[in-house]
Amino acid sequence: MIRSELLQHLSEENPGLRPDEIEKILDIFFNNIIQRLAEGGRVELRGFGAFSTRSREPRKGRNPRTGEAVDVPGKRVPYFKPGKEMRARLNTD
Amino acid sequence: MRSVGTLTRADLADTINHEVGLSRADAAQMVESVLNHMTDALENGENVKISGFGTFLLRDKGERVGRNPKTGVEVPITPRRVLTFRASQIMKERIMASE
Repeated sequence: MIRSELLQHLSEENPGLRPDEIEKILDIFFNNIIQRLAEGGRVELRGFGAFSTRSREPRKGRNPRTGEAVDVPGKRVPYFKPGKEMRARLNTD
Repeated sequence: MRSVGTLTRADLADTINHEVGLSRADAAQMVESVLNHMTDALENGENVKISGFGTFLLRDKGERVGRNPKTGVEVPITPRRVLTFRASQIMKERIMASE
């Protein structure tokens, strides 16, 4: 499923809402998650899962083309942990 | 970095209530619907790709041998489907830019 299909489902279920309103709802939903992670917080959607960020230590890397050693700076990367209910629903057969 | 609280369904519903003008109940219902549609697709074995956000990817793992870390006893781990998330470049950049 892609974003436009999600939008389509929501439009069909909510005939009282205009497509641009549903678009705005999806923007708020996904942007607020990113925003909170960018601020250093976490996002907990019980049953679905939780988003957080993890730190990666600086390390020595290599330019794959030239083989030259380079310093790779430390960084923060997003992480998602599926919720209990989600994990159960993926394994119901 | 300053410490901020945890974002929940209620916060998302609040913002939708304020910015789109849906009632609090309708806003909460929309948050639930978005999550339900994504969960349904994943439950049906479909990956979910949200442009600008990221991709929820299903992976099937075969049976393997695990070990009870406390007792050291070997136990079979049954085959299972697991869910991973690959953040979009946009999400990665916004998180890195905030340091």
